Amino acid sequence: MSTGEKVAGSVANYVDERTGAAKWLKKNLTKVFPDHWSFMLGEIALYSFIILLLTGTFLTFWFDPSQREVIYHGSYLPLNGIHMSAAYDSTLHISFDVRGGLLMRQIHHWAALLFMSSIVAHMLRVFFTGAFRKPREFNWIIGIGLLTLGIVEGFLGYSLPDDLLSGTGIRIAEAIIQAIPIVGSYLTFFAFGGPFPGTSFIPRIFTVHVLLLPGIFLALITVHLMLVWYQKHTQYPGPGRTEKNVIGYPLMPVYMAKAGGFFFIVFGISAFLGAVASINPIWLYGPYTPGQISAGSQPDWYMGWLDGLVRMAPPIETHAFHHTISWNILIPGVIVPGIFFTFLALYPFIESWMSNDKREHHLLDRPRNAPNRTALGAFGITFMLVTLANGGNDLIATHFSLSINQITWMSRIGILILPPLAFFVTKRLCLSLQRADRELVLHGKETGRLVRLPHGEFVEVHEPLTDAQAWTLTQHEQLPALELPEVDAHGVLRPGGLRNRFRAKVSRSNAEAIAKPKPDDLKGIEDH
Amino acid sequence: MSDKAPRLSDPGLPEHVHRKADTDPAAAKKAERQVAILFTLSALGTILFIYSYIWVKTDRFIFIPIMGDQNASQLGMGIGLTFSLLFIGMGAIHWAKSLMPDNEVAAERHEFRSEEADRADFVATVKEQGAASGLGRRSLIKRSLGLSLGLIGLSPLLLLRDLGPLPKKSLEQTSWKTGTRLVTDPSGRPIKPSDLEVGAVAQVLPELQPGQERTLENVGKDAVLLIRLRPEEFELSPERLSWTYQGIIAFSKICTHMGCAVALYEQQTKHLLCPCHQSTFDVPRAAKVIFGPAARPLPQLAITVDSEGYLVAQKPFTEPVGPSFWERSS
Amino acid sequence: MKRLSRYRRHRFAGPVLLVFALFMIGATFSVASANTRLAARVMSRTAAIDEGRQIFLKGCSSCHGLNAEGGKIAPSLIGVGAAAVDFQVGTGRMPMADMSVQAARKKPAYNPDQVAALAAYVASLAPGPAIPDQQVVYYERDGSTAQGGELFRTNCAMCHNFAGQGGALSRGKYAPSLMKATPTQIYEAMITGPQSMPKFGDKIITPSEKLDIIKWIKAAQNEPSLGGASMGRVGPVTEGLLGWILGLGLLVGIAVWLATKAR
Repeated sequence: MSTGEKVAGSVANYVDERTGAAKWLKKNLTKVFPDHWSFMLGEIALYSFIILLLTGTFLTFWFDPSQREVIYHGSYLPLNGIHMSAAYDSTLHISFDVRGGLLMRQIHHWAALLFMSSIVAHMLRVFFTGAFRKPREFNWIIGIGLLTLGIVEGFLGYSLPDDLLSGTGIRIAEAIIQAIPIVGSYLTFFAFGGPFPGTSFIPRIFTVHVLLLPGIFLALITVHLMLVWYQKHTQYPGPGRTEKNVIGYPLMPVYMAKAGGFFFIVFGISAFLGAVASINPIWLYGPYTPGQISAGSQPDWYMGWLDGLVRMAPPIETHAFHHTISWNILIPGVIVPGIFFTFLALYPFIESWMSNDKREHHLLDRPRNAPNRTALGAFGITFMLVTLANGGNDLIATHFSLSINQITWMSRIGILILPPLAFFVTKRLCLSLQRADRELVLHGKETGRLVRLPHGEFVEVHEPLTDAQAWTLTQHEQLPALELPEVDAHGVLRPGGLRNRFRAKVSRSNAEAIAKPKPDDLKGIEDH
Repeated sequence: MSDKAPRLSDPGLPEHVHRKADTDPAAAKKAERQVAILFTLSALGTILFIYSYIWVKTDRFIFIPIMGDQNASQLGMGIGLTFSLLFIGMGAIHWAKSLMPDNEVAAERHEFRSEEADRADFVATVKEQGAASGLGRRSLIKRSLGLSLGLIGLSPLLLLRDLGPLPKKSLEQTSWKTGTRLVTDPSGRPIKPSDLEVGAVAQVLPELQPGQERTLENVGKDAVLLIRLRPEEFELSPERLSWTYQGIIAFSKICTHMGCAVALYEQQTKHLLCPCHQSTFDVPRAAKVIFGPAARPLPQLAITVDSEGYLVAQKPFTEPVGPSFWERSS
Repeated sequence: MKRLSRYRRHRFAGPVLLVFALFMIGATFSVASANTRLAARVMSRTAAIDEGRQIFLKGCSSCHGLNAEGGKIAPSLIGVGAAAVDFQVGTGRMPMADMSVQAARKKPAYNPDQVAALAAYVASLAPGPAIPDQQVVYYERDGSTAQGGELFRTNCAMCHNFAGQGGALSRGKYAPSLMKATPTQIYEAMITGPQSMPKFGDKIITPSEKLDIIKWIKAAQNEPSLGGASMGRVGPVTEGLLGWILGLGLLVGIAVWLATKAR
């Protein structure tokens, strides 16, 4: 026995004598985690959160969250002698007068972008594979909560330096709050401590950014992970993988080494981006004043879709009875995002309502085997891409010699046409892929080898799939559509007829599939 | 509800294939060396970081192909940190993949739902204990509890009241008064009509009275854009025309959509464009919105000249500037 | 005179007289030569105007009219001054390559002498802003970068972007990037207001403030990469793209490696 093993043994002994946790710990140290690259997306989000905590703490050592006016005399000469807020001044100080400060600022910002993009990618993975189904609905909702809070946290974070670009962003956020009917102007005066921009906002959002939201994040992430732990991870279908087992590697040592190593990888990639690519160069933007503006003022990408929606909004306001309602702000800034996120959060329940499937699911779907869901996902992605593109319409215009007016009109039309089109195309594509799977199982793989039969006919040799491959392509369930007869057994019209008819209709659409091969079909082939 | 259709048979977990390192000691030794090399690279990265932090001057630049001249200190520290972190991770993962046991194991999973009897028992207990509290029967307690819980949120909400003053008429007022001079931003010089040629613009603010200081809140409402056109180019109502002076017209620079500075003037088309959301305003027609999400024209400031010939405001803005709000009456 | 003549036998009389005589000769010569230079300049100016007129008739008159009076598709050039010509032709914007919404910066069609001749011709039609060569020379000495930045952000950044990279205007027009603009061209653009750009008169932005702006733009042109590759200096759009493609791309690549079985 090596010394290492001896030490590990005594540590385990020491812990158990004081906690009596031997049984529990043994069970959990050998807990099995399935291995797949797409299961690492959530880990990227988790690790970038830790990186954000570490680098963010470093930044607070110098950052002065104050809108007190100072005159800059630091080492960045093009701003020498300019009036600015202490927040902007201290951010310049971190960037140019603290060694490694700019690197840390950039790692922090890149990690924030990675945090948001990995959350979105993770969410898409969970969505398209149906991992949100029972019993994981609540973890899905927590995830949507984390995504929403992440958007807010990121926005507050890049607003802190009080530069011209982020100040413009705050100005827009202020206009959205101000547009809320009845309480809007009160809310802005409370948020800003008076008229915009005031001197209270940066200190306030600083506390929210470094204390309140990270605290909520920590709590939600803990619950999120505990649920993953307790409910055990889902797995992709394959030979030997069932609803009743998890196939993978034990936590100790393989998964620990891989996950721990991956933390360093995520940190390393953040550091790499921070080293080679400039991000949020606030010294170029200049300090914020409401009288100045830069061409191409855009938010970070996770706010960009909102900006794109606002840019394409119709110019409608209602003026009645001495009051104003700004639909041009409320629709893109509040109503559409509200509907989108609510639908997203409720989707697990909507799907189980459509399929009437109340069972637990631990085996993931291949996206093609859930055509309706996959098409809905494509709908959402297309919607987001159109809004994102419109959020950058000015840059697209200058870089591709187009006109912002054309792009805006194309987006206005595109947002109505393209998502439904994507839904339709994706659904057909999924069904075609199902058909291809069926062909593959029934007739095997095309080998490209041509054989001439004795009577002169040329045929291509098909190689049959292995049992494992055939199983993977056919293991999924194909649920029939919901039968909701309009009349009951006695021929009496059932209550809620219209609702039932609607439910039956969406259920039919949801259940649309190409029949997968049955064992008998395969037998038939063999006999033939 | 489930799919009752017969399925193919599950062939079960595939047989475990041994790695080279499991069977060949030389391969295992090689993998061990590879892991060691990765960890060493990480150590070298840390050394590069320390060197860059201490010895590379922050004003030194080095040429990197594609990227151009780069700050040597920033790049050295960054690449050093990247190596030190990335290669620890790579080493650990390579170690786990090539040398730690790679037998996939199966863990059983049980349905979360308890046995029928246990669950019925649990549900019954909850019902019973809930009934024992008497909440369902004692409606007085139920209602008064509802009232107190409903109200309890009010105190913390009320505590937030002192976050800021009430808006009152603040959103509707600017610093512009009858006779306030227009001065250039940021230099603060008063302007004569002759200072502006046709096709010229000026970013202006109200002149400060002695002892006054300009706050950003003021700039956020007072900023004005001055544009000179040929007088015959205007298509204005007689009233609005009287607000101009010799072809010079003044608009609030704060967008009526979301408050960005609408300072982007196209001299040939005479359009004002907001760079935030591309609302486009037609200057000769009193800043009428011709494109984009803004719903109202920019407020026009009535201007004239004072006895010394400098441009001044005829009167304050006649409507609130900036984005809309609930109490705005038009 | 009498008092002066007392010194005529002074021992310094000779040398003083000599110095005086030399000075007078020099002065006379310089006046005379200045006159001839002036004459030469007048001569060459008329010659330049003639040459400019020839170039104009060949290259510009089809749109701007035979006497630069303008036409349906091009404005009159009477009174635009030499500065406008030097800017438009010197940056290659004129003559236009095609009838697109905006004349783009390209390789100039004429050499500097021809541009000067054209400028002289247009300037001879009516008085207008002259080429600001002399004013611009000392921007490095007299300008203030920080002050220029402040002026730039108030007056220029809304179209040309915070770092002078240019930006979109309505209907396909754009504010060009300033990364190739010379000090003289920047000054000319401010006083002549080319294409969509408004004019900035000397009372609104004083000549010395214009030098501040020029100095800031020159600094922006040479702005070093302080935090890594600048990615076009157009704000968060390229950052987001890089985050998704390079950042998440690399991480997903590594995750795929992590999850593949070793052989």
